Amino acid sequence: MSGAFTKSMARNIFFGGTIFFFLLFLALSFDTHSQLPKRDMRANITPQIAEGKKLWEVNNCIGCHTLLGEGAYFAPELGNVVVRYGDEGTKAFIQSRPKEGIPGRRSMPQFNFTDEQLNAIVAFLKHVNSINTASWPPNSQG
Amino acid sequence: MQFKSQAVAKPYFIAAIGLFVGQILFGLILGLQYVIGDFLFPAIPFNVARMVHTNLLIVWLLFGFMGGAYYMIPEESETELFSPKLALLMFWIFLVAGALTIVGYLAVPYATLAELTGNNLLETMGREFLEQPLPTKLGIVIVALAFLFNITMTVLKGKKTAISIVLLIGLWGLAVFFLFSFYNPVNVVLDKFFWWWTVHLWVEGVWELILGSFLAFVLIKTTGVDREVIEKWLYVIVTLTLITGIIGTGHHYFWIGTPEYWQWWGSIFSALEPIPFFAMTVFAFNMVNRRRREHPNKAAVLWALGTGVMAFLGAGVWGFLHTLAPVNFYTHGTQITAAHGHMAFYGAYAMVNLMMISYAMPILNGRAANSNKSQVIEMWSFWLMTVAMVFITLFLTAAGILQVWLQRVSDAPLPFMVAQEKIAMFYWMREWAGVAFLIGLILYIVSFFVGGKEEKAA
Repeated sequence: MSGAFTKSMARNIFFGGTIFFFLLFLALSFDTHSQLPKRDMRANITPQIAEGKKLWEVNNCIGCHTLLGEGAYFAPELGNVVVRYGDEGTKAFIQSRPKEGIPGRRSMPQFNFTDEQLNAIVAFLKHVNSINTASWPPNSQG
Repeated sequence: MQFKSQAVAKPYFIAAIGLFVGQILFGLILGLQYVIGDFLFPAIPFNVARMVHTNLLIVWLLFGFMGGAYYMIPEESETELFSPKLALLMFWIFLVAGALTIVGYLAVPYATLAELTGNNLLETMGREFLEQPLPTKLGIVIVALAFLFNITMTVLKGKKTAISIVLLIGLWGLAVFFLFSFYNPVNVVLDKFFWWWTVHLWVEGVWELILGSFLAFVLIKTTGVDREVIEKWLYVIVTLTLITGIIGTGHHYFWIGTPEYWQWWGSIFSALEPIPFFAMTVFAFNMVNRRRREHPNKAAVLWALGTGVMAFLGAGVWGFLHTLAPVNFYTHGTQITAAHGHMAFYGAYAMVNLMMISYAMPILNGRAANSNKSQVIEMWSFWLMTVAMVFITLFLTAAGILQVWLQRVSDAPLPFMVAQEKIAMFYWMREWAGVAFLIGLILYIVSFFVGGKEEKAA
């Protein structure tokens, strides 16, 4: 860097550039928020789906699984699990996990959910599956 | 050391290293669970071990950042710390809160922990990296505010340098963007959208400012290059960071329900994100080549050069590998992401903290640098950990490419678990590389206890 380019010029570009791009980011975020209602299916969110999301969170499902590709990579994607297993299949899978795990295999804990809770979880996962994700994932395997 | 109050940095550094050891041990447990699925099940399920692994990482890096700031700011401001007592009090609060949180994760099921800690009052738990119970999150805010108050007051009463201004912006940004961790709407798309305002704007935004200012500080001290030159570089680097990184958040908005235009914004701006890391590498090598003095602490200089190179590789190159939307369509949420995450965090944030500790600890112990013998061991630990991390990353990348092929690209996509079993060999090799990393870390700790002829007092 030559002597013509001084520290105070660099500082001014830093503050100016940061402010400009942060404002641009805010503008894009604002626009996104105006478009989201068509994509995130918020009109369909019921108390049951909200309960399902809470169960998803307080059991730390994201600690093993991904949801729309975000989370841990130890266990399958669940944003489209209802496509693979169906509602009943998903519930049956969660219910049938052995308490002590499966010898030698990655094991999911037995959470002892009630039927009501299982219905809420599936309702939540179905809701996530209905979100417009620009055609992700590439296929039903997630 | 120049100012007595810099000594408060020492407990922060020691705690950071201790928690780092915990992080690596849990990393090894996780790596083993990848291949021996029921290892420690049901006592420590994968999700619990992962939470401990990632949360310990975050907490030890924060300890390192705080310790580094407490060490650096008095010297930069040429005045004693505003309140060393407050700094020590916050140290204990943060350590106890952190330890209790980890104990909570391990001792009771997560749902019970949520119940016990008031998650029903404000539901913030159960989101990746932000799993901390509400009291811990509030504790982090209190500690961060007290820390920022302390540091800001010190800068205000003393000299204001570019390095301390960049650090302050980074630290205030860290605190402000953490507040989004308290926002958890029931709409999962909005939840994810703002979750990234904490996670992305931390690691690909304001944390890079902390990284840059630490690096600039250590380079000034060890090379003796003119401050004007170094600070000009620092401004250029952090400018590049934020003008690419802020809109670069868009690379997380490809497939979570957000509009398709983010595929353009995210791809273009995040493709530019390697530039600041490349600049950082050039910067570090340039300054060391133009050095006006031979600093006795060769290990610290090695970490400084290493953090530039490894951050560029891990965050820059491995980030770019999967950041373009058409590529990310296939790689999103696979082992490719894990590969990138490991090398980026090690290269950028673990190494910059180790650099600061390497530079400051001998001085805090009353000498300019450790004995030659101690430095040789430290440099061995540098190479062992760094090369081990390169191999961890390469094995995870190989696993990721195969996973993408088997599960997503091939004509007959395989179910997740079937694909996982086919790539198990790479997970085994990753685990062995992890063992090498642990040996490197043990050597690193050994280097603190090796005597030998000391360099002259600082």
